[in-house]
Amino acid sequence: MMNLSQTLLGVTFQNPTVLASGIWGITAASWRRVAACGAGAVTTKSLWLKEHRGHANPVIISTEHWTLNAVGVPDAGIEKAREEIGDYNKNKPVPLIGNIIADTADNYGLIASEIVKLKPDVLEVNISCPNVEDEFGRPFACSGPDAAAVTKTVKAVSGKIPVFIKLSPNVENIGRIALACAEAGADGFTVINTVGPGMAIDLRSRMPILTNKVGGLSGPAIKPIAVKCIADVYRATGGSKPIIGTGGVMTGEDAIEMLLAGASLIGIGTGIAYRGEMIFKLVCDEMKAWGKSEGVKDMKELVGGMHRTLPNG
Amino acid sequence: MPSKNIPLQHRLPTTYRIQAVKKETEFVTTMTFPVSLGAKPGQFVMAWLPGVEEIPMSVALDDGKKLQITFFAVGDTTRKLAQLKKGDLVGLRGPFGTQYEWKPKQRLALVAGGYGAAPMFFAASAAAENGCSLEVFVGARSKEHLLYIQAFRKLPKTALHIATDDGSEGFKGFNVGLLDKILTDRKHSKSKPFVDQIFACGPERMLVAVSNLSFAKKIPSQLSLERYMKCGYGLCGNCVVDPLGIRLCVDGPVVRNETCRKISEFGKCHRDGLGKKHAF
Repeated sequence: MMNLSQTLLGVTFQNPTVLASGIWGITAASWRRVAACGAGAVTTKSLWLKEHRGHANPVIISTEHWTLNAVGVPDAGIEKAREEIGDYNKNKPVPLIGNIIADTADNYGLIASEIVKLKPDVLEVNISCPNVEDEFGRPFACSGPDAAAVTKTVKAVSGKIPVFIKLSPNVENIGRIALACAEAGADGFTVINTVGPGMAIDLRSRMPILTNKVGGLSGPAIKPIAVKCIADVYRATGGSKPIIGTGGVMTGEDAIEMLLAGASLIGIGTGIAYRGEMIFKLVCDEMKAWGKSEGVKDMKELVGGMHRTLPNG
Repeated sequence: MPSKNIPLQHRLPTTYRIQAVKKETEFVTTMTFPVSLGAKPGQFVMAWLPGVEEIPMSVALDDGKKLQITFFAVGDTTRKLAQLKKGDLVGLRGPFGTQYEWKPKQRLALVAGGYGAAPMFFAASAAAENGCSLEVFVGARSKEHLLYIQAFRKLPKTALHIATDDGSEGFKGFNVGLLDKILTDRKHSKSKPFVDQIFACGPERMLVAVSNLSFAKKIPSQLSLERYMKCGYGLCGNCVVDPLGIRLCVDGPVVRNETCRKISEFGKCHRDGLGKKHAF
């Protein structure tokens, strides 16, 4: 049986699957439910310091190949985070990753300092949401100096809690952005946020379907982009920073591909709509079956495997 | 690899031209679309008014050829929808969620409050086709707010019971009170229970009353719960309920009473689009 457990930066994960931010997890009860479906860790929806309204429906649409979303990062603010994370901490089946968002580097520091008090196992910093651009301009993840500035501000208040920066694939050189964050103190990366943004038009009404007109692309179609970005970040940081590989994972084999590119943990979000809530357990079972047939005893030996196989790394 | 429970084909809205508009009451409208989405009684669709908003709607009928929604013009979007005319475009996606389930020839009590009468009529007509005998309890504030009364009267093997808060038609009081009265009156008249199952759709306070009655009388029930929904297929998580963490767009809206009674917020509070709790 291939071992799927590991300890990264002092946090033990029973398996590498992680509920990705923005999907399902708006309450303590929902994090526990996802844990019961086999997830090795859960991520909160992006937490704002103050109440933040999302976009009007339609906000999520899918086909067999892709999902477009412009939910607009709605959240009730820090009071709700205190209530839900506080509740979760009383009976915590798997590690909790607190995902935070803000409009300025200083405000990232403020929300980080509040969430740190709630003792999440990891802080994930969302600097890459593509569907609030009208409100806030280009995401911080699109510029090395901006991304580094946010990283530095969060690291200044995060104490011993590891800080993962969630990166955007919608940049010229994701490796360079990752390096800038690593130099500013980032402990790890979540790669990737949604792609695009993209658009879908209704033929008869001739209107964009999403109220926000554009939305971030996820689902099966984006996996090759995610794999490439993971490989870029792994190479740029010399494999020194753990990566949560996220984007289009549907099966255990998708997860293994991400490990080979350099991920240690595997984010699953949109996949829930394609395989149901038990996708976490299914992916783990499929990873184990693959490990058994290939004679791989421990998942950890797969992490970054492609880079070691390539003649030039 | 589509999930068996959540069909993929209707997650992208398609706009259809309205085939007919019927004013049921001053505030309630039924719209007919020339399409079947294969919806079953109890399921919902997302109805999109391009440029305005998309909202969840119970399906009032899907007969394999046409689909109907019946709605109460209570908010900005439903008021704008109510102004549409034949030939105007509305986007539909779905169907989503669970459905009412019965066995052929069962005896069913159907409890409908307010515009809950529309999805309940869909369940009633489908169950009647399966040879079920029906006791229908329709409730409303007053006579002019009663819905689908004539349609229920036309169904075979159906007894219709009407309750109005003000007594302007039928029993004066709540429909659940009327059901309770009938269940109690007929308790000892037969060896078998009066009905095999109870279905309910309406305001959550009414559902709580049905849940309690169903529990006390040991008659299984299926209740349709309403929560704020965005995606409709289990991604956004807005319709999760405490403490189970289940999503009512996937594991609901029709929920069996044994599950309802484990939902601590049932009848007490619900969450808004930001995930903030509000008392009923």
